[in-house]
Amino acid sequence: MSQTSSQQDRVASDSVGVVTPQYAEFDRPFTMENGAILPSFRLMYETYGELNPDRSNAVLICHALSGHHHAAGYHDLDDRRSLGWWDNCIGPGKPIDTNDFYVVALNNIGGCHGSTGPTSNNPKINEPYGADFPQVTVGDWVNSQARFADYLGIDSFAAVIGGSLGGMQAMQWAIDYPERVRNALLIACAPNLSAQNIAFNEIARQAILKDRNFNEGRYLAAASKPMDGLGTARMLGHVTYLSADGMDLKFGGDTNSNETADYYDVVGEVTSYLQYNGQKFAGMFDANTYLLMTHALDKFDPARSFDNDLVAALKNATARFLVISFSTDWRFAPERSREIVDALISAGCDVSYADVESLSGHDSFLLEIPRYHRILTSYMKQIAEGLGA
Amino acid sequence: MKQADDIIIDLVNANARVLDLGCGDGDLLCRLRQTKSVTGYGVEIEHTRIEGCLARGVNVIEHDIDAGLDRFRTNSFDIVIMNETLQAISEPRTLVREMLRIGEECVVTFPNFAYWQCRKQLFFGGRMPVSKHLPNEWYDTPNIHLCTIHDFDTMCASENVRVITRHVFNQNGKETSATRMFPNVLGVTAFYRLGRPT
Repeated sequence: MSQTSSQQDRVASDSVGVVTPQYAEFDRPFTMENGAILPSFRLMYETYGELNPDRSNAVLICHALSGHHHAAGYHDLDDRRSLGWWDNCIGPGKPIDTNDFYVVALNNIGGCHGSTGPTSNNPKINEPYGADFPQVTVGDWVNSQARFADYLGIDSFAAVIGGSLGGMQAMQWAIDYPERVRNALLIACAPNLSAQNIAFNEIARQAILKDRNFNEGRYLAAASKPMDGLGTARMLGHVTYLSADGMDLKFGGDTNSNETADYYDVVGEVTSYLQYNGQKFAGMFDANTYLLMTHALDKFDPARSFDNDLVAALKNATARFLVISFSTDWRFAPERSREIVDALISAGCDVSYADVESLSGHDSFLLEIPRYHRILTSYMKQIAEGLGA
Repeated sequence: MKQADDIIIDLVNANARVLDLGCGDGDLLCRLRQTKSVTGYGVEIEHTRIEGCLARGVNVIEHDIDAGLDRFRTNSFDIVIMNETLQAISEPRTLVREMLRIGEECVVTFPNFAYWQCRKQLFFGGRMPVSKHLPNEWYDTPNIHLCTIHDFDTMCASENVRVITRHVFNQNGKETSATRMFPNVLGVTAFYRLGRPT
């Protein structure tokens, strides 16, 4: 304990400090949308802040494609890389203020950070699931998160918040469990994937599937992971999360400038940057999980079960919505967010929308952009004031 | 504008669907929600005003009115409001048409350029009027389509737009028998409640 408190002295006052992941075990079978049954499952999670006496201040953070339960704080203060993926947004005095809210972040099923997924043991065969892990959907995630909310004793969330694929979960929550979501924050999100989005995902998957070490998904037994394929998939994904102008700025290859950086410098920098990121990711992530996540993205389309009418899909939602897009996001462009907003207006739902100027493309939702954080702060503060009433 | 807001709050039905173009900090929508339980949305482009709306829980959509209102569905609102913004719009006539497409009715308020003080400044001073209600110099005003009450009446007639009610306020924001008698001379601000052609 004394070591922990001395560690806490070393963190900034707006940090949640050192956090320890926890896990919840679910012993009852979980039936997935495609009919597959998980006999049991585990969810890794972290919490920040305190649950208030009437249990009304819980906020659920849904992660995107490569995210996980470690959203804020440090696992080890001596390792600054152990910082949570959304630490700039979650903490005391930050936009998602842990003085106001009990913030819950988890790793979804199908993930590779400790929750039940392709790297977990399949009790039927006593081997990792690998490629046999059933295809999860956004709906499955939301259903498993609802069971997780039961486990935590949370009837309704003050807010369900997510960026990108995480925003899709927040939208699905508002549709599937209207009485359990009071606010849904959909950031850099889309109502479904465009053909172009799906094409990029397919190329990423092909890179993995064609890696010699993929071994039809049973690479864990062979102890040789499809590092090249997964790395290439990540490189491709990464480029689609940035903007053309943002990359020019980063690599100094602005072709409109008279002082254009040497062409070969740009090539070298882009190459090494992408390879570094691809390899780093491939070392930490599981290829089967990447396949599952991209398929879940491709299949997301809540309007489909309502005759492709998004307005009809949202009619039962009672949450208030905040939709945020970023000007240079071409993966889930501002127009896609506006489709959601327009459908919400037509469905008579409460919704606010802001489009934030940013050079950083889709990745903007993870960054500390002043206007973006002011918007989140204004919105979350107003939710917090309602809790006190 | 307080008087206009009071009149709007009176005329809006309970539980109505309201769109407020250029909603500012969301004052009017906030009051409408409290008194009439409306489902309301503000449209705004100015960042601090958008944050102001969010901070008080008013629905606000970031959107440039000048880019048009195509995104809003026909008949999707009971009433569409635009307070003191018409004169800063690039195509005011199109906008009024659009407001009446989206909403059953609309409310438009604007500064009357034929107010006697404006006439005086132009006639005797020979310069573009600058006053409390039109505070900007000609070179930095957002008001690119100033008009008079007569002008607006003429447009409504030619567009076949039904004027349901009109109020004209003096410099103290009051509607008096004098402003009713000489609206285009004594009126500082005009308030129109418009409906579709019958």
